[in-house]
Amino acid sequence: MPETHADYRLSQLDQLEAESIHIFREVAAEFEKPVLMFSGGKDSIVMLRLAEKAFYPAKIPFPVLQVDTGLDFPEVLATRDSWAERLGLRLIVASVDQAIADGIVVDDGKTSRNRLQIGTLLNALEEGQFTAAFGGGRRDEEKARAKERVYSHRDEFGQWDPKMQRPELWSLYNGRLHEGEHMRIFPISNWTELDIWDYIGREGIEIPSIYYSHQRRVFERDGMLLSENDLNPLRAGETVTERTVRFRTVGDLSQTGCVESDADTIEKIIEEVAVARVTERGATRGDDRFSEAAMEDRKKEGYF
Amino acid sequence: MAASDTETTETITTNMDLLRFATAGSVDDGKSTLIGRLLLDSKSIFEDQMEAVEATSQSKGYDYTDLALLTDGLRSEREQGITIDVAYRYFATPNRKFIIADTPGHVQYTRNMVTGASTADLGLVLVDARQGLTEQSRRHAVILSLLRVPHLVLAVNKMDLVDYSQEVYEKIHAEFTQFATKLNIPDLEVIPISALAGDNVVNRSENMGWYSGPTLMHHLEHVHVASDRDLIDARFPVQYVVRPKSDEHHDYRGYGGQVAGGVLKPGDEVVVLPSGMTSKIAGIDLFDQEVTEAFPPMSVTVRLEDDVDVSRGDMIARVKNAPQPSQDIDAMVCWMTTAPLKPRQKLAIKHTTRNARALVKDIQYRLDVNSLHRDQETKELGVNEIGRVTLRTTVPLLCDPYSKNRTTGSFILIDEATGITVGAGMINNAG
Repeated sequence: MPETHADYRLSQLDQLEAESIHIFREVAAEFEKPVLMFSGGKDSIVMLRLAEKAFYPAKIPFPVLQVDTGLDFPEVLATRDSWAERLGLRLIVASVDQAIADGIVVDDGKTSRNRLQIGTLLNALEEGQFTAAFGGGRRDEEKARAKERVYSHRDEFGQWDPKMQRPELWSLYNGRLHEGEHMRIFPISNWTELDIWDYIGREGIEIPSIYYSHQRRVFERDGMLLSENDLNPLRAGETVTERTVRFRTVGDLSQTGCVESDADTIEKIIEEVAVARVTERGATRGDDRFSEAAMEDRKKEGYF
Repeated sequence: MAASDTETTETITTNMDLLRFATAGSVDDGKSTLIGRLLLDSKSIFEDQMEAVEATSQSKGYDYTDLALLTDGLRSEREQGITIDVAYRYFATPNRKFIIADTPGHVQYTRNMVTGASTADLGLVLVDARQGLTEQSRRHAVILSLLRVPHLVLAVNKMDLVDYSQEVYEKIHAEFTQFATKLNIPDLEVIPISALAGDNVVNRSENMGWYSGPTLMHHLEHVHVASDRDLIDARFPVQYVVRPKSDEHHDYRGYGGQVAGGVLKPGDEVVVLPSGMTSKIAGIDLFDQEVTEAFPPMSVTVRLEDDVDVSRGDMIARVKNAPQPSQDIDAMVCWMTTAPLKPRQKLAIKHTTRNARALVKDIQYRLDVNSLHRDQETKELGVNEIGRVTLRTTVPLLCDPYSKNRTTGSFILIDEATGITVGAGMINNAG
């Protein structure tokens, strides 16, 4: 809990928490139908924690939306369910498989699940008539995100136009929308990866077990260590070995690599993150590595 | 699993404090190189980011690695080789975390600089030692002073190209100090550096023995910002009414918000504006804990002893120290859209947690941000222009002068048809 010092100093983590709580309350007060986009990853769990604090002792006044890629780690789904139960959340699951079956997105066999999520997500937002969708994006993650606003406007096609962003001053957020438009809200914009881990440690909150060091059967592809899985068939020349690994990010298991690590406690993870020399996405996310503008392009289309 | 009954960890950033600073300058001043240097020397650039920049520099046929590529995030910016938007960067040293609002320097981007400066504790202005003070560097200082950024650093860059001359530095120092007397700059530091060579950025320069002041990084790490907040005048804009409607917390009614000024304590006698009803603070909650006091920028939930009518947009203040509700606002406005601001125009206004409409009564003058000249002839404000404006609002605003409180003294103007933020205002007087 925040300590109040004689000189009224608030640590940077407490300042970040206060800013995020302010954003959650602002959105709940000004938007008709907010929803929190929950990936099961550490960032969205921190968002849930902040939302819990923002409205306590009342329940979180909006539902939680998860896009089920069909390639999610079972450990992540277990954590999702445990959080939903504890907080009494209304959970909406939008399935990529269902979206393919319904013809909302087209699986041509070449497009990654990550990209198919976009159409599935936009459809779920439209069906739910949500006007604000919280996302766990952080500005330290990637260059295109560094310029995104806390309130990020999306047109009626769900697109982001980086050149038409609204100026964002002080802590005054402009949530005006036209019919059919919505706002993406990034309450943890100013948090870094290290802040997230420190906060998880400080709060003592539950995250999926795959973030901690464990034994896993893995194979190497494009310089990444991927998990052995029926949904992720081996290609010629790839061999499976058992290694001691952990995940730094959580996405679909065909695209998310793990790193070799002995960090089996929060303290050890924080130490590891503090000295890491490669960004978490660069290290372990195939979907961001294709081009320098990969994230910018997906964001324009309506990615998280 | 609540935090209070679990073991928690005291970790690296727990006791770090925070400095937000805004940088202004153009590629020519070496701003991107300086930011790249700060990130690189504080080990905040990762290998994969550095490799991407090296590869791009090579493929473009540059002779050196262009650190500016680290910060130019959007494709159109990379193509044009310019920065067109505010970008936020993060780095940390053992005691402090830094958030940089990196803004473009040219006059057509004044609105971006205003945006970046609005949340900054410190402004960093770069000049090229060979050129000395330019119109652009004066404009940057004017904007930082208008936005009441309390600390200013003038970094005299490219000292390596003037043979590390003390004379050059002293001349720029004197000229700027003279200019700054016309502005509101409580704290100024002038530091001679070379971003490219690394002199006085993180490491003390061996080439400038005559300089005894701090390095840039040392100054950023130690500048005292905690006392910049107003801890006297209690201001609590009500953001959200917390009513659990559950059996367990049946009678709970709390007011969620972020403290904008002063220190609130249980037992304090308070007034709720604009109604003027008085009550006492029964308790202040931060999640599942009660706290003994709340101060800026804490987000808390305040409970009152009496069942008074309080809703979003109201403000809780002290009985003998409260803002005067007013519908007549006199403010400096930075205009941010192509169609000019004109008298008689109607706009939406957002001030703290209060939304209203505003009518432009008068544009008193347009401020020339280069010369500080007040142009009273022009009765409109174009994009990126700043002027003194009188507004009449549909409901009273609960405001303070911006010079006293940057939260209760600021507002944004919104075009009601497009929904776009078109203006930023800093209140001079209300009433």
